[in-house]
Amino acid sequence: MNQLIAKNVNVWYGENHAIKDVSMVIEPYQVTALIGPSGCGKSTFLRLFNRMNDYIDNFRMEGEILINETNIYDPTVNTEALRKKVGMVFQKPNPFPTSIYENVAFGMKIQGMNKKSELDEIVETSLRKAVLWDEVKDSLKKSAFSLSGGQQQRLCIARTLAVEPEVILMDEPASALDPISTSKLENLIFELKKSYTIVIVTHNMQQAGRISDQTAFFFMGKLIEYDSTKKMFLKPTHLQTQNYITGRFG
Amino acid sequence: MNNSTKNRLTDKAFQYFGIFNTFLGLVMLAVFIFVIMQVGLPRLNWDFITSLPSRFPEKAGIYTALIGTFWMLFLTIIFSVTLGVSAGIYLEEYAKKGWFSKLLEINISNLVGVPSVIYGILGLAFFNRYLGLGGSLLAGSLTLSLLIIPVIIVTTRESLKAVPKTIKEGAYALGATRWQTIWKQQLPAASGSIVTGVILALARAIGEAAPLIVVGALVYVPFIPHTPMDDYTLLPIQIFNWTSRPQPEFQVNASAGIIVLLFLTFLLNGISIYLRNKWQKKVKW
Repeated sequence: MNQLIAKNVNVWYGENHAIKDVSMVIEPYQVTALIGPSGCGKSTFLRLFNRMNDYIDNFRMEGEILINETNIYDPTVNTEALRKKVGMVFQKPNPFPTSIYENVAFGMKIQGMNKKSELDEIVETSLRKAVLWDEVKDSLKKSAFSLSGGQQQRLCIARTLAVEPEVILMDEPASALDPISTSKLENLIFELKKSYTIVIVTHNMQQAGRISDQTAFFFMGKLIEYDSTKKMFLKPTHLQTQNYITGRFG
Repeated sequence: MNNSTKNRLTDKAFQYFGIFNTFLGLVMLAVFIFVIMQVGLPRLNWDFITSLPSRFPEKAGIYTALIGTFWMLFLTIIFSVTLGVSAGIYLEEYAKKGWFSKLLEINISNLVGVPSVIYGILGLAFFNRYLGLGGSLLAGSLTLSLLIIPVIIVTTRESLKAVPKTIKEGAYALGATRWQTIWKQQLPAASGSIVTGVILALARAIGEAAPLIVVGALVYVPFIPHTPMDDYTLLPIQIFNWTSRPQPEFQVNASAGIIVLLFLTFLLNGISIYLRNKWQKKVKW
């Protein structure tokens, strides 16, 4: 697994210049946090890495995003294959309206895997990795909606892990969760970074401080500062970063 | 009288006006059903349902019309669901949003309001004459499908729109193609309300007589249809036929036929309400 590289990336939604000339190198097997006030472009930037912005009307992008040395915006790139490598967890838990089992198996089934024994195994290992197995092992046939919000979010992570990604993008994954569920989720992220490269958008400064190795601060579509989390929180170079992190605006 | 008492009075007046209007519709329906039942119920028996049409009112039955109606329902479901649902999926999920799709959208909504006899004339010109299908069940069901396809398209689009975007995103993020996302996630999630809409459209369609008279549903068919190419008659047409006879006994037959037709319509509506409730209980976003 290699770095994720953004080279001179610009994004427009119609006339709105959402990302302004951002270049950034994201290190493998680390947690990189993207922070900044609402509307600063951090979610848009995150969604560039699995091309989830492609479906937004009048989205336009310039520059390159390199994953494993391939520009993923090259016309020859297969978006579906890319998204298997680069998984995503969303802001609000979004389980499918099916059983817990089917939620996790879906990603494998659409790739044509139908052998029950293999599916069973993948479902179990994925749920174990997401630290959800013990809570749901007796109710795999139950609707995913019967789970609590925090469990649903871990189910969504298990679902993502099942297709064996290398990178996991998380778009404010804890914003809809209570403190206990949030802390479970953070412990999980800490475990996952041993095997996956994680990029996480968060509104919560303490969370960024607790879980990330690198932090990038976005403001008005620009990458203002990007450094190790420790440095960013203790001695940021830019005044804007300091003001945001200490809560003076944002 | 001061202002606030006057306002109160207006309020009350409208309340009673509203109650009156609501009950007007209900009372009319109740009176109608009561009269029909009074006249038709004594005539309604198993023989009436299983007898072929006849010149003698006491021997005449609705067998051919009932079987014709079932055939018509069956064929119409096949044509209208296939075409309507796929057109709805296309418009909602595939079509580029622009002036052209806007134009299509407006025209489809307009089609919903086109009088049914116009569809009949279209069916006569195109299916019966141009394609040479004649007065067959096939031509009739295609015409009836045209009538309800716009409704099904609109229903399908609305149902797909009601499925949260997050479901779609979740599937895409796992590497699903658009087809897989629609087929495996969005359609199953929307199917409850699509089915409800389709059934309501069908309930309307089986009561239609006007377009089918034009495309050649016959008033007298002494046998039941065996293939889609056969001649046919239908309940509404049989009823229409009987009511236009001079003998009072045929009026009784017509009432009995109306009871059967009402029963079918209410049954379809009931099924759709049942499915809607079941569906709403199952999924909470």
